[in-house]
Amino acid sequence: MSSESKSSLLARVRSPFEGPNTIGNSNAFWASFTLGIVLLGLYPVLFGAYAAESSSVYLVYALLGVSLAFIWGFCGILSFGQVAFFGIAGYTFGIVSINISTYTGVTLGLLTGVLVATLFAALLGYFMFYGGIREVYVTIITLVVALVLHTFMGQTAGSEWAIGDARLGGFNGMVGVPDLAVGFGTTGLEFAGAMHYYIALLVLVATVLGLRALVNSQFGYAMVATREDETRTEMFGYNTTFIKFATFTIGGALAGLSGVLFVTWGNYIDPSEFAITAAAMPVIWASIGGRESLVGTVAAAIVIQWLQLQLIGEWALVIVGSLLIVVILVLPNGIAPGVRDLVASFQENRDKDAGTPAAAEEVSD
Amino acid sequence: MDALYELLNFGFQFLDSFAFIVLATVGLAIIFGMMGIINLAHGEFILVGAYATTLSFHAGLPLPLAMVAGVVVTTIFGIILERTIIHRLYGRLLDSMVVTFGISLVMIQLTRIVFGNSLPQIGTPFGGISYGPYSYSTYRSVFLASVAVVALVALYVVFTRTTFGVCARATIQDEETARSMGVDTDRMYLSTFAIGSALAGLTGALYAPATTMSPELGTYFLVEAFVAVVVGGPSVLLGTPLAGVLLGTVDAFFANLWGQFMGTVFLLLTAIIAIRLMPDGITGLLRDLREKWGQSE
Repeated sequence: MSSESKSSLLARVRSPFEGPNTIGNSNAFWASFTLGIVLLGLYPVLFGAYAAESSSVYLVYALLGVSLAFIWGFCGILSFGQVAFFGIAGYTFGIVSINISTYTGVTLGLLTGVLVATLFAALLGYFMFYGGIREVYVTIITLVVALVLHTFMGQTAGSEWAIGDARLGGFNGMVGVPDLAVGFGTTGLEFAGAMHYYIALLVLVATVLGLRALVNSQFGYAMVATREDETRTEMFGYNTTFIKFATFTIGGALAGLSGVLFVTWGNYIDPSEFAITAAAMPVIWASIGGRESLVGTVAAAIVIQWLQLQLIGEWALVIVGSLLIVVILVLPNGIAPGVRDLVASFQENRDKDAGTPAAAEEVSD
Repeated sequence: MDALYELLNFGFQFLDSFAFIVLATVGLAIIFGMMGIINLAHGEFILVGAYATTLSFHAGLPLPLAMVAGVVVTTIFGIILERTIIHRLYGRLLDSMVVTFGISLVMIQLTRIVFGNSLPQIGTPFGGISYGPYSYSTYRSVFLASVAVVALVALYVVFTRTTFGVCARATIQDEETARSMGVDTDRMYLSTFAIGSALAGLTGALYAPATTMSPELGTYFLVEAFVAVVVGGPSVLLGTPLAGVLLGTVDAFFANLWGQFMGTVFLLLTAIIAIRLMPDGITGLLRDLREKWGQSE
């Protein structure tokens, strides 16, 4: 911590966001973190509003990935059902905002979308964790829930499946969902095009920073302790059931938020968001990026989705799936911890030359 | 008379659901219960069996031989996968899920690239059983349910009455001790995985004449297989048939009442309630009851 005296203000600003539970607490990390945000912020300026609008979805997916990395990486709950909350929030937003076609409706849609997804996650979490369901079974149940929603939404093509003016539309999906906006009546602020991109970026950065603070708080320590040894944590007087329940619910809320951002991006949602391939994607991002690293998951989500949608066509899933297998076998914790170790070893070599070996420890936590 | 038809409808529907649940589950249950590997690519093992059967049938083999080919191909496929990937994942439960999920994605997409979105289907053999104005496929109800029962009995005999079964279970119980007693544990894992793959292949082969051949075929089996494994609980050889009876009854009842889709919905609802009430499944509950009775005596 030799740099602390030089930049004590900076250290104080970033201190809530770093601790033993996060990868990347060094100056180099924060410098590249800031650089990354600046580059992402400049993207619409450099490439225009259209590119920004179409790229906005990668940030939305990154948020969905983060919602899983948070519960899986830090609390050990592998949920295959993050897309369930994502889709539920998307559909709820659609139903509310199509029926109340003013700014009030859209704002209400945002709130109810996230709320319904959160409540659903809380209900499912209550049911699972207070029912004493253990780790693997949690994964299976969440996957089954997503697949049941897939089947259910798929058969809503008939005209009887309409809520007010909003038609669920079966596999054809729900069309005509309005853009994201906040306001009341006819006065409001609309976030379309490049503005949607900036809102998504803002939400993502705020979420990553907020979660970094959370996982390094007392609650975060308890989460990690639960992940490492649940019985022992319980012996120390922590309510691990509640910790898992709360973590799962927060993850569901964040997935719901990303669902609302998704449906306002494409103005459309269909049951394929619940399908098994869609359910796999957050798990793939978190696994490849590094589930214990929020930033790693963000990077993996953006890169993998970009590769998949832009470059490789029908071979995309084959390549992504193979990549997943290789990464788990070679680097079980994902790429981010590997990068950290690499940086740490560089630092160590450099410090050896400079004669200050202690600095490497800080990076390697 | 109508009541009799209703009863027959329910009976055939029950046999159909029971066969589907048990056959979808056995391979998964063996690999999960015996080896602690959660094979999310189980549906794609069934896919391999079904495609191999259909393709060999269209290449000119008679159906029974085509089915044998389906089982053989799936078994070899399973053995190759165990040697290359799965054997690195023993004891890593969650990793095993993620990796097999990757395998599943790759296989679904490869199937789509190589064979397109469907294959021409084999006709269902044996025709139907008619009663009054109704009829039900003999193959799907009576035949498949019989095969399911035979498969369960055969597994029970193999795992409880043969030397191989004893060694395999010893390996699962305590690998170190088994090895020190001279059991080739590596081979036990491989053989158990091969049996699981063969059962998945058998399921694929049996359903090849009765299902649409599409790359997503495995997903339909996967959900019911998982539900049955979870409801069945830790003792898979007993749990699978019990779960099959319970879930098959519910599925048949509601499918008769409100159609196939509602049958599936109620099956899943039952599963969720069952898990809430019995976190260790039916056999977990039985074990607890037995312990309680044992104490009171």
